[in-house]
Amino acid sequence: MRDFSIQRLVISLAIAAVVMLLLPLGMNTFVLTPLLIYGLLGMSLGLIWGFGGILCFGQAAFFGLGAYVYAISAINIGESTFPMLLAILIPAVFAAILGAMMFYGRLGDVYLGVITLVVTLIFFKFMNSTAGPEYVIGTARLGGFNGIPGFQTLNVPGMADEYIYGDSLYYVTFVILVLVYWLVNGLLQSPFGRIAIAIRENEQRASLMGYDIRARKTTLFAIGGAIAGLAGALYANWAEIVTPGLFSLGQTAEIIIWCIVGGLGTRLGPILGAAGLGYLKFLLGQQAFLDNAIVMGLILVLFVLFLPKGLIPAIEDIWSLSVGKRRRRRPARRRKRRALSNG
Amino acid sequence: MAETVLETMGLTMRFGGVTACDAVNFKLKARELRCLIGPNGAGKSTFFKCLTGLLRPTSGHVLMQGEETTDWQTHEIASLGVGIKTQVPSVLDGVSVRENIWLAARRFFPTKEANDKAADIIDRLSLNDIAKSEVGRLAHGERQRVELGIVAAGDPWLVLLDEPAAGMTSEDVERMIGIIHEMARRAAVIIVEHDMQFIRSVATTVTVFHQGAILMEDHVEKVMADETVRNVYLGKKA
Repeated sequence: MRDFSIQRLVISLAIAAVVMLLLPLGMNTFVLTPLLIYGLLGMSLGLIWGFGGILCFGQAAFFGLGAYVYAISAINIGESTFPMLLAILIPAVFAAILGAMMFYGRLGDVYLGVITLVVTLIFFKFMNSTAGPEYVIGTARLGGFNGIPGFQTLNVPGMADEYIYGDSLYYVTFVILVLVYWLVNGLLQSPFGRIAIAIRENEQRASLMGYDIRARKTTLFAIGGAIAGLAGALYANWAEIVTPGLFSLGQTAEIIIWCIVGGLGTRLGPILGAAGLGYLKFLLGQQAFLDNAIVMGLILVLFVLFLPKGLIPAIEDIWSLSVGKRRRRRPARRRKRRALSNG
Repeated sequence: MAETVLETMGLTMRFGGVTACDAVNFKLKARELRCLIGPNGAGKSTFFKCLTGLLRPTSGHVLMQGEETTDWQTHEIASLGVGIKTQVPSVLDGVSVRENIWLAARRFFPTKEANDKAADIIDRLSLNDIAKSEVGRLAHGERQRVELGIVAAGDPWLVLLDEPAAGMTSEDVERMIGIIHEMARRAAVIIVEHDMQFIRSVATTVTVFHQGAILMEDHVEKVMADETVRNVYLGKKA
């Protein structure tokens, strides 16, 4: 059992390394890096929605908050290590407070969606209105709709002049993505993750078992916020500017579409959905014939109609129907049918 | 041995103008097996929900092992070691039978012991054939059994079962009775039930609810023979 899991870990790491080295051969790393960041962002919602049953319409709030926290603290502090940590910590704390309000207040799913959406829009509106010189945090001006440019970007920890950008930012982002994926994987296999799934399945039963669902959902929500914040900070480093657009409605809706298309309740689905649709958006951005939003909407509609479980579960189904478990599945079905006709 | 483990004093629950539970005083001793019966709308299920924290009583007190639990959250009550089965089977549909029982055991035991505990419960309730199946795909009787497994997994000292025999085949019911008797060796058990056949085969003492209050409390045979109870069940004026 142990050997088996170590073997799996080694194989997955090898695959990840090969993918990491092969991708730049076909594509520019400047295009690839944001796709990885979207993957990280998709994973953050995939975790809380797919495994915790918390549909958050405001994942972009934590993403944008991470980016802004990074930019503001990088201007004030300089060296990027501490700003990076802050950009994870502050969205996590903010998510914990917001989550505690919602989950301890026993809000239903619909209200949860409304509140998270409204919080995102408040950020969007507020950041847009901070153009005046009075909106200053330390030495960082918030800059309104123009955003904040010109902050210290990612550097080798401890060496403020050794910038990580271009190809090396791609590799760093890839390693972070794999690392976070591995951590999320571990979390989901731990009792905490299994209990989170129990809460997703049936809140009443989980609390009848004796689990405090409010505290657990709040914790999971904060973890999702932390990952989204990290994605935001990396995005700020890639774009080298943060703007209120990070909080926009389009941004927050896209994250949900990534999860649906990739496959909710799978670990890889939201990452692949995010990267895939992100790339598609990039390609569509190079032509003027089709509008981006129309294509995104069309893809969402088609998936909901024909592949409601998303890409990864559909691939798994096809795989198990065609090769994987053909022999084992068929007799089971026949047995069930026989049992039905007898009964 | 016979200390009181569960007590309610003047437990009252009103929904608007309707008093579903009216100043109920109830006592249960350790390892006692008790059935609650009564016609529809008698207040059994409301009483049950007040005990488990699913409803907040309007007034009155609930004491468990001498501790006041009146306004506690459901999970706090369950954490005391109270196993609860709701009227409609409440199970985790999307995961396996083993995972359901493991999760229930994990609340009270560390991971490794929870593994053993889950295996033990699966054996005891003969769930081995379906242990790896997704609960959502199981038949009603099997789901009921899984839920009993969830209840038993935490080694509760108090077990509350709301209509455990509802919609089950006679074979399933017999098996269920065996399980309940086994639970009753370690825990006090309260069963809310309609099925008289079932009650006859499990119960010693029966509490009859009528119009939100306790009508009588006696041995099952005496209750069954009682004129008033018969009238209440048939809808005549008592």
